[in-house]
Amino acid sequence: MRRITLIVTAVVVVLFIISWIIKTNTVPEDGTFRPFIQGFLVTFAAFLTLAIMSFLYRDNPFYKFAEHLYVGVSAAYAMSLGFWTTLVGNLFPRISQNLSDWFGVPFLHYEWHFVIPPILGIILLMRLSPKGGWISRWALAFIVGTTAGLNLPRFLRSDFIEQISSTFLPLLVQWQGVGPFFSNFSLAASGQFIAILTNITIFLGVLCGLIYFFFSKEHKGVFGTASRFGIWVLMVTFGASFGYTVMGRISLLVGRLTFLLKDWLGIIS
Amino acid sequence: MTAKTILFILVAVLLAPLVMAQEEAVPDSTVGVIPPAPPLNFRAFDTPYDNGHSISLEWELSADDGQGRNNVLGYRVMRAESPDGPFVERGIVTSGGTSYNDSGVKESDSPDYFPRDHDFYYKIVATTADGSEAESEVFGPVRAVGQWFNARKWPVLIAVGLFTAFTLAFITLARRGKDLYVRPLAGIEAVDEAIGRATEMGKPILYVMGLGTAADIATIASFTILSRVAKKVAEYQTSLIVPCYDPIVMTVAQETVKASYYDAGRPDAYDDKDVFFLTNQQFAYVGGVNGIMIRQKPATNFYLGKFYAESLILAETGATTGSIQISGTDEVTQIPFFVVACDYTLIGEELYAASAYLGREPVLLGTLKAQDWGKACVIISIILGVLFAIFGWQDGVDAFRPGN
Repeated sequence: MRRITLIVTAVVVVLFIISWIIKTNTVPEDGTFRPFIQGFLVTFAAFLTLAIMSFLYRDNPFYKFAEHLYVGVSAAYAMSLGFWTTLVGNLFPRISQNLSDWFGVPFLHYEWHFVIPPILGIILLMRLSPKGGWISRWALAFIVGTTAGLNLPRFLRSDFIEQISSTFLPLLVQWQGVGPFFSNFSLAASGQFIAILTNITIFLGVLCGLIYFFFSKEHKGVFGTASRFGIWVLMVTFGASFGYTVMGRISLLVGRLTFLLKDWLGIIS
Repeated sequence: MTAKTILFILVAVLLAPLVMAQEEAVPDSTVGVIPPAPPLNFRAFDTPYDNGHSISLEWELSADDGQGRNNVLGYRVMRAESPDGPFVERGIVTSGGTSYNDSGVKESDSPDYFPRDHDFYYKIVATTADGSEAESEVFGPVRAVGQWFNARKWPVLIAVGLFTAFTLAFITLARRGKDLYVRPLAGIEAVDEAIGRATEMGKPILYVMGLGTAADIATIASFTILSRVAKKVAEYQTSLIVPCYDPIVMTVAQETVKASYYDAGRPDAYDDKDVFFLTNQQFAYVGGVNGIMIRQKPATNFYLGKFYAESLILAETGATTGSIQISGTDEVTQIPFFVVACDYTLIGEELYAASAYLGREPVLLGTLKAQDWGKACVIISIILGVLFAIFGWQDGVDAFRPGN
């Protein structure tokens, strides 16, 4: 191992221990854990946060450690959670009184059709057998086919027909006089002019967006112009969505920095 | 009259007021309280197009609800199993309300159980703040019955029928050899170039299918593209890395890649370890994929599927390693991140169409054409609907709205 790596590692370990000692003496005693444990948890969380953030500089052993720890713990946690919520919480109370009593969950009532999912699950696990692996394709086919079939009417209604009917907007709103026609131009404008402008924008935007996604015809002439307008509408929308989402991401960063500066270092109150 | 008699009468007269005073005078609460007018034209009927565990009730407002004495607070919905009762309260509707759905669940051991095919009798009781009430006539018997079809969803049925017809027609045409034109897409044309680049550089190709399950349309589209990519990879003898978020997706991806290697005549080159499960926690997954990108430095990154907040992290990390990146997702909020950070981006339906472009199989091309015809029908529907809205024909507008 290179000398610089050893030095850096030693420095990190020393700082970790110092932080641990300081946090042990500063955390309130009325917490869930004893101060010794609480101090370790806060220090370790800060260490992992900084280890992940060190990726911005370059790949390094601390990032590797944090990454592998995160991947491993999350996979194991998900497996454990899946066992306790799905099998113990959902399956056993419906197929076996004895199993429910063993795991300490209240037995509900027998539902014979709950036997089918574990059978499919066992068939799926046959994948691990070199000779019997072929049978797992049946369970896979059932999963993919059933969910695709169930999703078809659902998405057809929510993402297709409802969206179509929401576009049925009058392009010319009923005349209500000059005053209401031009009533204010703020973002909260509610006058007739804004209503007409909104409806026309939605109508043209949807129409031209659909034309952009037309694959059977080359985008030339009037068709091409409509397609270009459509992609412009899409890109403006994406830009707005980008800015809005970045705001959300910054707030996540603020949360993490608050943890480091407040809970760990105690610099801010 | 004797002295005893006179004394008795005197005592009775003197004591009588005392005896009578011990009885408290009970105020007559009904004095001065006028009950409200009862609700009118009450009727109960089986809720249409449901699973048979609901009865709908409708009535007209009491004459004292919002008018007249204007003292109706609300209406109590009462139900019994015989016209003479006993009636049990099933719900309360505030003043101004003229309908109620008495419903429940189908499990007989649940406290909310609502039996099917069972006669019930209902009445509506208008109530006021001072406790006076007025009842409607008892209506019944009425029973809840399940229906096989929800006729309100006929627009969905028509859409499915139309699309199915288009699909079958164009698949038939494609199988007969008819040349079906599809316009070129830059992102899809770059796939071959990207795979060739990785082969020349001797570096692996990273294929990320996102955070979707096998039920997500984007993931299913990604499977079909993966099969094309894997076949090319097998032919060019490049290595492929497919880290998976979902165990079922991993299983399907393994089968897909294996079949592609077999199709390319290179079954020996397939390695199960190329397609592996990483974790199903979002940011742990992206941390692991970032590690793969930084350490194994793939020449080409494919991000095709369902992505969420991790999309920018993936794309930016791939950009720092100098990989060519082709992305595609139907998540509207993530497309902007891919557009800014990747070389080519397939937006929404272009991802679904990509498999037809790459394979040119009749089934997929026919489906793509059917989608376009479906879009044409949508455009026509929108134009018609807008015309209906302009000229105020509300029935035409409502015809496109599927009921619940």
